[in-house]
Amino acid sequence: MTEFPEHEYIIQTEGLTKKYGFKTVLRNIDLSLKRGDFLSLFGPNGAGKTTLIQTLCSLTTPTSGKVFIAGFHVRHDRESLRKVIGVISHNTFLYNNLSAFENLKFYGRMYDVPRLHQKIQEITELVGLREYINDHVCTYSRGMQQRLSVARAMIHDPLILFLDEPFTGLDQHGAEDFKKILMGCHNEGKTIIMTSHDLILGLELCSQAAILRSGTLVYREEMSKRVQKDFRRTYFQLTGEKGLS
Amino acid sequence: MTLKRKSAAIITLELATCVMMLTALYAIFIYAPIEKTMGLVQKIFYIHVPSAFLAFFAFFITFVASILYLYKRENKWDIMAFCSAEIGVIFCSIVLITGPIWAKPIWNAWWTWDPRLTTTLILWFIYAAYLILRGSAEENRRSNFSAVFGIIGFVNVPITFLAVRLWRTIHPVVITPQGINISYPMKLTLILTLMAFCLLFFTLLVTRIRLERMRLDVEKIRALSQDKKIYRKE
Amino acid sequence: MSFLQKLWAIVWKDLTFELRTKETILSMCLFSFLVLIIFHFTFDIGFENLNTTAPGILWVAFLFSGLMGLNRSFGSERDGGTLPGLLLCPISPWVIYLAKMIGTFTFMVIMETITLSIFTILYNINLLPVLLPLGLIIFLGTLGFSSIGTIFSAMSVTTRARDVILSILVFPISVPVILASVKSTGLILGGRSITEAYSWLKLLAAFDLIFLLLAYITFGFIVEE
Repeated sequence: MTEFPEHEYIIQTEGLTKKYGFKTVLRNIDLSLKRGDFLSLFGPNGAGKTTLIQTLCSLTTPTSGKVFIAGFHVRHDRESLRKVIGVISHNTFLYNNLSAFENLKFYGRMYDVPRLHQKIQEITELVGLREYINDHVCTYSRGMQQRLSVARAMIHDPLILFLDEPFTGLDQHGAEDFKKILMGCHNEGKTIIMTSHDLILGLELCSQAAILRSGTLVYREEMSKRVQKDFRRTYFQLTGEKGLS
Repeated sequence: MTLKRKSAAIITLELATCVMMLTALYAIFIYAPIEKTMGLVQKIFYIHVPSAFLAFFAFFITFVASILYLYKRENKWDIMAFCSAEIGVIFCSIVLITGPIWAKPIWNAWWTWDPRLTTTLILWFIYAAYLILRGSAEENRRSNFSAVFGIIGFVNVPITFLAVRLWRTIHPVVITPQGINISYPMKLTLILTLMAFCLLFFTLLVTRIRLERMRLDVEKIRALSQDKKIYRKE
Repeated sequence: MSFLQKLWAIVWKDLTFELRTKETILSMCLFSFLVLIIFHFTFDIGFENLNTTAPGILWVAFLFSGLMGLNRSFGSERDGGTLPGLLLCPISPWVIYLAKMIGTFTFMVIMETITLSIFTILYNINLLPVLLPLGLIIFLGTLGFSSIGTIFSAMSVTTRARDVILSILVFPISVPVILASVKSTGLILGGRSITEAYSWLKLLAAFDLIFLLLAYITFGFIVEE
């Protein structure tokens, strides 16, 4: 099931609210993305970016509001929903004592990936880790681990990728490689939501930008040269962070 | 919000409890006769038995409230389960303390490993564990975990009882709690005390739930006011 | 069939992971060995009192090392940060539960086999004639302990005092398992036939079934937020 109609919203939330106890972390979020969009989500620490990603990928249930991912309800159709999404965070979700091959084989089986061995070869080729496929993950550098994490998230050909601050801990080379892979994914038509602290990198990749502040979506724009130019100023204005400037 | 004065119903309940408890105390010490073989210490029986009944009843309420919480996801069931468990532990402790006090002068042994007392001891451990679990769990998982444990704990009780009884029939204890010769005044006293303790239980439960709701209200207000500080636009 | 495949995938992953380092299984075996030795000092066990003390010693060794295995089942996922990855897979929580339970059960059985062998050597007992009935008791008892323990392991890994909370939760609930296992083991080691232990075995089997059923109903509430 990799078909999804072009004209409909592949990610749709209405009044999404999340509370932990009495503390409101997400407030009335209305978000809609079409297939193939790449949304970069920015915001200060504690704004609720991670919680939003967790809610969208069904790790957490919203307190109120509707969330539909690829037409599936985030609470009631969890299993179907999880088949079409991939999640990459600063945590790699990889088993350190297993080799890359074994990790991918495990996740491949969990997602019922057909022709698994062939798929593993293809996907490791894509992320440039084919030579290291039998090495244990603990021997990988951070950049390599993050690339393998992408392979893990993509092994079942998801429609949507969620990335939660994936550039954390990556050096220049690692970040560059990762960026190329992401651009490749976007070109393939995958819908992507990414949270990031890096304004430049995030803006480079995205087709839409949004800012989250104290649980509310305070900004949402299609990407253009003008938006990119003014973004830094807009960001600091809206998030009220007073820097030294 | 429950920051309102006590309703008439609650005040009536509290008064009724006072009256019944005083009546029961009178019945225990003045009305009921002194038992022939055991003497004065037998009167602890009037505290021991109702406490045991109410401990089990309290944990039954926790069991049902836990199921309702998981099924309906309404906070009030979680509050009820928790408060009932707390009160149950208190009554259970009373059983475990009065038991040995009664046993020592009669059978010259503090503890008998008879099935009922042993099961009550395990029951105490289970619900003490429930309270500790509640205290240690993260806030957003607390209710779920407590509810699951409340169900598992209660289902475990009859099984534990059967196991201990099987153990005891194969290796019978030297000391077995004999039945007491119960005369009519004693029966009446027992019923009176049981009713008094029931009212006491409900008073405690209602009061504890009110207290818990008030605590949650304070937290809510605190969270809302912090919210207003951060989210200046509202 | 997909259910079994995914179940096996998780079990295989856990077994492979553990066999690479052998960390947990080694500490479990070492610990149970230690328990056997310490009990010898505390009880000064000789031939006379062996039959009465042996079942208790064995099961204390099994259960306290079993706790380590239980801690590992969700502990390693939590520590490695892989738990969300597992939860995001399109499987029902019941599959995760079963897989973890089978993993713990397997490690416990390995540990128990090694412990029994050491036991026969240390105390000069011949267990071969009673191996089959003993095996049945150990199977049922370990199943009960790991079925309950897996539920509580999933709970306790989210708390700070992980090991302590796990022990506090597991042991009161495991009382029927402990009683039934120890008593029936005692009957078998004492030379009685298995039919005498029948009521204990029935109790164990009932316990196992009831709590597996409860796990099926409630496990989803524990892992999902």
